[in-house]
Amino acid sequence: MQLTLEFGGGLELLCNSVKIHTVDVEPKAEEKKLTMKHLLSWVHTNLIKERPEMFLKGDTVRPGVLVLINDCDWELSGQLDTVLEDKDVVVFISTLHGG
Amino acid sequence: MMAGEGSAAKPRGGRLCTICNGRRAALKRPKTLEQICRECFYEVFEDEIHRVIVDNHLFKRGERVAIGASGGKDSTVLAYVLSELNNRHDYGLDLFLLSVDEGITGYRDDSLETVKRNEIQYGLPLKVVSYKELYGWTMDEIVKLIGLKNNCTFCGVFRRQALDRGATLLKVDKLVTGHNADDIAETVLLNILRGDIARLSRCTSITTGEDGPIPRCKPFKYTYEKEIVIYPYLNMLFTYAYFKKLDYFSTECIYSPNAYRGFAREFIKDLERIRPRAILDIIQSGEDFRISTFTKMPEQGNCERCGYISSQKWCKACVLLEGLNRGLPKMGIGRTRVLDNERDKDTRQTNGTKSIESKQCGTLDF
Ligand SMILES: [Zn+2]
Ligand SMILES: [Zn+2]
Ligand SMILES: [Zn+2]
Repeated sequence: MQLTLEFGGGLELLCNSVKIHTVDVEPKAEEKKLTMKHLLSWVHTNLIKERPEMFLKGDTVRPGVLVLINDCDWELSGQLDTVLEDKDVVVFISTLHGG
Repeated sequence: MMAGEGSAAKPRGGRLCTICNGRRAALKRPKTLEQICRECFYEVFEDEIHRVIVDNHLFKRGERVAIGASGGKDSTVLAYVLSELNNRHDYGLDLFLLSVDEGITGYRDDSLETVKRNEIQYGLPLKVVSYKELYGWTMDEIVKLIGLKNNCTFCGVFRRQALDRGATLLKVDKLVTGHNADDIAETVLLNILRGDIARLSRCTSITTGEDGPIPRCKPFKYTYEKEIVIYPYLNMLFTYAYFKKLDYFSTECIYSPNAYRGFAREFIKDLERIRPRAILDIIQSGEDFRISTFTKMPEQGNCERCGYISSQKWCKACVLLEGLNRGLPKMGIGRTRVLDNERDKDTRQTNGTKSIESKQCGTLDF
């Protein structure tokens, strides 16, 4: 399915300084749905070119990285368990630098 | 207009805002754990800052106020919100943007561009003071001479003075900076980790330097970084989005970030994830520390060379500059006991107004 991923607050530096990526991501073969958990590992493998520790910590985003799914705080939609749909827009913003 | 209308994709989670009970919630407030919609968010976000300004008597009608503007998220949101509130509540303030150009190629060029756009967008006059014109040296030139190891000393000392001098040139009564609740909690922790109890009890003050040349205040003292960052983002779908989608610049400082501070920051963020209130609680702990120290405050005087406030013969900036100009750049940052003593006295010279400004280099905020 097609997703739009946006990186901000300095995170774009980890993916060749490109802020907006339109990508095709499919759920894992054994799962029917695409979750944020799977998207994060897909992003790690396919988009992050350097310093992944600035983006991820353990199996989730590093504390201080905000995630918005269709302009909604992912803390309201179940974070890693959020199920994504075609055309969703996911924004990752680092709060860790840039005063 | 309903939240989310016009969006190509559906919002996830259908919970309603706990404030208006009518619109779909868009974020979870770290401070209160309330789930609120974007309209209510703007209202409470801006109202809380208004309350902080009023309750703490931060400004008086007719005052000239400079906003320390780095082009980063905090100062950009502060400039926007403060000019909004000044109009909405008729504070009667004359607002200015004040930026420091350290002379870091690539980094400052871009962030100054952001500040210049802000100047036009918000209609606030901008003053830029540069290290080159104030000190005769750019940060690039300093780093070329001394390497990356000690440049933070220069950044911190020079930036603080540069802001004061810029504020003097603008003839302002006050300087406001974008330090937020996370920054202040981090500084409380750092002062504990350094055993600096004298500063610990002062670093939470919302206004500092009332005895110095220009008082500084922090209207975002109780504002969570998460909300400052999310503020410009949440408005994309609205017709007035164009105005609220703030233009801010962010990238890491190319000169050495402060590693120790970095750990403290990460620790705060880890705590926030487990218990978001931790940030306010740390600030509260800092505020409640009232320890009677027997440290004698040095007499406040003026630098014999440049006239800046100093408890020593020469202020810290002049000592550092003398070293640079004589080709002895380690002067003032050395390890000998005498110099360490000097520095120790020197860091107290402004009666504690300096503590929060130690947020430096890693972020290039003030
Ligand atoms: Zn609401
Ligand atoms: Zn520095
Ligand atoms: Zn001096």
